[in-house]
Amino acid sequence: MDVVLRGITKRFGPVIANAGIDLDIRAGEVLGLLGENGAGKSTLMNVLCGLYQPDEGEIVIDGNPVTFSGPGEAIEAGIGMVHQHFMLVPVFTVAENVILGIEPTKRIDYLDLATARRQVREIGVQYGLDVDPDALIETLPVGVQQRVEIIKVLFRSADVLILDEPTAVLTPQEVEEFFGIVRSLRDAGKAIVFITHKLDEILEISDRISVLRGGRIAGHGDPKNLTEEQLAEMMVGRPVSFEVQKAPYKPGAVLLEVQNLTVLRHSGEVAVDDVSLTVRSGEIVGIAGVQGNGQSALIEAIVGLRRPAAGAILYDGGDITRASVRARHAMGIAHIPEDRQRSGIIGDFTIGENMALNCYYEARYASGPAINWPDVMAGAARYVADFDVRTPSVYAKAYQLSGGNQQKLVVARELTRDTKLLIAAQPTRGLDVGSVEYIHNRIIDARDEGDGVLFMSSELDEILALSDRILVMFKGRIIAEFDAFKGPVDRNAVGLAMAGSAPRAAA
Amino acid sequence: MASTIDANLAPNRPINVQGARRARVTGMVLIGLAIFVAGLFGLDAAGDATFRLSRPNDPFALPNLVVPAAPFNYIIAAVLAFLGARLFLRGGGKWATLSLGIGLALLVIAFLVWATAGKSFSLTGMLQATMVRAVPLVLGAITGMMCERVGVVNIAIEGMLLAGAFTGALMGSLLGGVGGLMAAIGIGGLFGLILAALVVTYRMDQIIAGVVINLFVLGLTSYVSSQVLAEHRYLNNAPVFRAYKIPLLGDIPVIGPMFFNQNIFVYGALVMVAVATYYLFYTRMGLRARSVGEYPRAADTLGINVYRTRYINVTVAGMIAGFGGAWFTLGSVGRFDENMTGGRGFIALAAMLFGRYHPVGALMAALVFGFADSMQQKLALLQTPIPSEFLAMAPYIATIIVVAGVVGRTRTPAAGGKPYIKE
Ligand SMILES: Nc1ncnc2c1ncn2[C@@H]1O[C@H](COP(=O)(O)OP(=O)(O)OP(=O)(O)O)[C@@H](O)[C@H]1O
Ligand SMILES: [Mg+2]
Repeated sequence: MDVVLRGITKRFGPVIANAGIDLDIRAGEVLGLLGENGAGKSTLMNVLCGLYQPDEGEIVIDGNPVTFSGPGEAIEAGIGMVHQHFMLVPVFTVAENVILGIEPTKRIDYLDLATARRQVREIGVQYGLDVDPDALIETLPVGVQQRVEIIKVLFRSADVLILDEPTAVLTPQEVEEFFGIVRSLRDAGKAIVFITHKLDEILEISDRISVLRGGRIAGHGDPKNLTEEQLAEMMVGRPVSFEVQKAPYKPGAVLLEVQNLTVLRHSGEVAVDDVSLTVRSGEIVGIAGVQGNGQSALIEAIVGLRRPAAGAILYDGGDITRASVRARHAMGIAHIPEDRQRSGIIGDFTIGENMALNCYYEARYASGPAINWPDVMAGAARYVADFDVRTPSVYAKAYQLSGGNQQKLVVARELTRDTKLLIAAQPTRGLDVGSVEYIHNRIIDARDEGDGVLFMSSELDEILALSDRILVMFKGRIIAEFDAFKGPVDRNAVGLAMAGSAPRAAA
Repeated sequence: MASTIDANLAPNRPINVQGARRARVTGMVLIGLAIFVAGLFGLDAAGDATFRLSRPNDPFALPNLVVPAAPFNYIIAAVLAFLGARLFLRGGGKWATLSLGIGLALLVIAFLVWATAGKSFSLTGMLQATMVRAVPLVLGAITGMMCERVGVVNIAIEGMLLAGAFTGALMGSLLGGVGGLMAAIGIGGLFGLILAALVVTYRMDQIIAGVVINLFVLGLTSYVSSQVLAEHRYLNNAPVFRAYKIPLLGDIPVIGPMFFNQNIFVYGALVMVAVATYYLFYTRMGLRARSVGEYPRAADTLGINVYRTRYINVTVAGMIAGFGGAWFTLGSVGRFDENMTGGRGFIALAAMLFGRYHPVGALMAALVFGFADSMQQKLALLQTPIPSEFLAMAPYIATIIVVAGVVGRTRTPAAGGKPYIKE
């Protein structure tokens, strides 16, 4: 099935998310869709899958113009989408999620779950997507949830699959597996739209590439004769440097000391098991590890969002194990949380209000109990400009920002305060290459000015690029340490440690 | 040089700090209860407590249950002390809640034995009344559940019950029992529709919308009943649905009178529990409804109409509440009194929580509250030293204890209370 988008325009009030976009989607091909944060990729795909109605333009399927008044009609026409934020009901089973909306039933509306299970297994066998139909979604790792999303689309016998940043949450191994699935789907004659910010991935998997910038098509390309640098320039409109420049390693006094920390999950299982580490001022410590090995819990305990079961956290000479989050803030600890939508922003607040969340009480913004809103908004406007958050105004609601711009909002808020220690979890998740470059530079600036930085990332390249020292977490423990300041670290050795096999002596 | 170390570094062994503290506190509470039971219900009780299990002309008569009050209560105190001590010393995770539940049940039994000491008391009668009193609670709980399962918090159950009670009395007086019942169901549905319109279409705050409906219904029915019904008595004199005994089943001792010798409201409530369970957990529509309450955007991307689903479920839920409301008039006294629901709609909310958003759970919870309700009513006849005003508090105290102590953390539907905005 071939789909052509002609002159699609979509506005949100004053914002023009898509301005007259033409796009060709062909059967048996992977179309890579690339673009900065807020370029309008998700919006365009939401138009295609019927969630948004375009203000202008038309969708043509195999030569026939169609209009969708809702996602149901797009599904019927054979268009399926895996959304940037998963659309799975966490308390339902895999089978229930897959059949939702087109359920097989028996008499008196009885849900035929037996058939559903069988069908899920059949799709699994046919495309190599192995999932237990009876598992609850919330118990599954994101990589498997991703597979469920794809099964969902295939179950609706879609011929066009839209994958919006499917690899953002996957580990390198999972990405390889995922590409295998995408290739087999393509060979089965499906048309695939693949959105990502990772240039190497798009070069590897796509047959054609289209680049969006500012809601318009910035160009098309053939992956066979394009380089990452060229793509980046097409996207951002200027050359992007992939190398980070760091001042020589000159660590100062110990700033943060974690002693024998044990942190529990809500279920009572051990998430962080007797971990000790130190961060000096003027150094970046990176925590590598496959997701779910306790990094998140460790970070949350250090910033005070979770109470440790045992152990101590010392900061700047004092014991902060039991200090409040606000107190830690006031002592100069900044925190970029892992899940921006859950703990980074308040969606219904404006951008200005979100910017002031951690400092509304400081003298610069408040006199007595009254908040000085003009100052807050003026400050926010400055940071929005500095960090290139794409928004019509600081009075826009945070949920209206594109995913990447929400992330930039959080980073801007945390990095613009005068702090001594930066704790960051996945600081560049979902950001385009230009923004990643910018945020990496800000983190390195913080380090060069003498701040300590502790960050975790599931992306090995990011860890290797930024860290002075690398710690690898596995099953709640730190099982390896690499001194990156001494020279380049062996990528494979870190990868092996992430999988649980630790070298005796650190490289 | 790289040597593999055991992949099972940290087996996920549970350490439960909070649980241990909870167990200790619960243990202490139980020991306290033991002292209380021994000191008051044991020392103060004289004679035998006689519980009647059958009524004079039952075909299968069971003998009376006779317990020596003081020794029996000492034994209960000992059991409580044992449970408490075990929890306090050994800890015990999930046993804490269970022990507390058992402890509370024992406390109630001890109390009954003490109150009955030297007298005789119809246990069967009380259980029958328990079921009757559970009717508005379980129907109200199903109403709340059907709304919350689609993401609409409904605190207007009280108002819907009251509207059903009033309309049942008024229209029942004019049209007869069945006509009154239909009208009550209709008015409940109307308020459901209004709630849906306020919160779905106009995105009003769900709590405020509920409060508005409650106040509106209370004000309007009180006004009409004092100004109009008081003048024209014939407008407030509806026929009452009589009990219908199901042959054979109704003759089973204890169970029979409780479940199979009742009026259509009790049967209706039991059928509703079954129907609601089937609907919510075994049908296509139920699956869709639940998805809307958990993650409306996901439902939307699959072509499920979030707004329509919410409208339909909230309206039908309102009809159930209207039926439950008619119980107060058509099911018992045939007459409407100001604010006669007396907060049952809120107790129903507690029953919904305690029942973990499941109709069968809600029925169990409603029976617990119904038991407290009927106990206070029957004990008033036994002439205990406790002032009747305190006895009348029993259902509300039971609610507080259950909601604060036993419910624990219930998982509420994720999208509850939030309006859904497309785009
Ligand atoms: N519901 C909305 N209301 C108002 N503006 C919106 C809404 N959704 C998106 N926008 C705006 O439309 C533009 C395009 O957003 P879109 O989500 O399509 O970007 P994107 O290319 O997917 O970016 P990212 O890579 O960060 O996900 C952004 O400027 C965003 O602020
Ligand atoms: Mg996007």
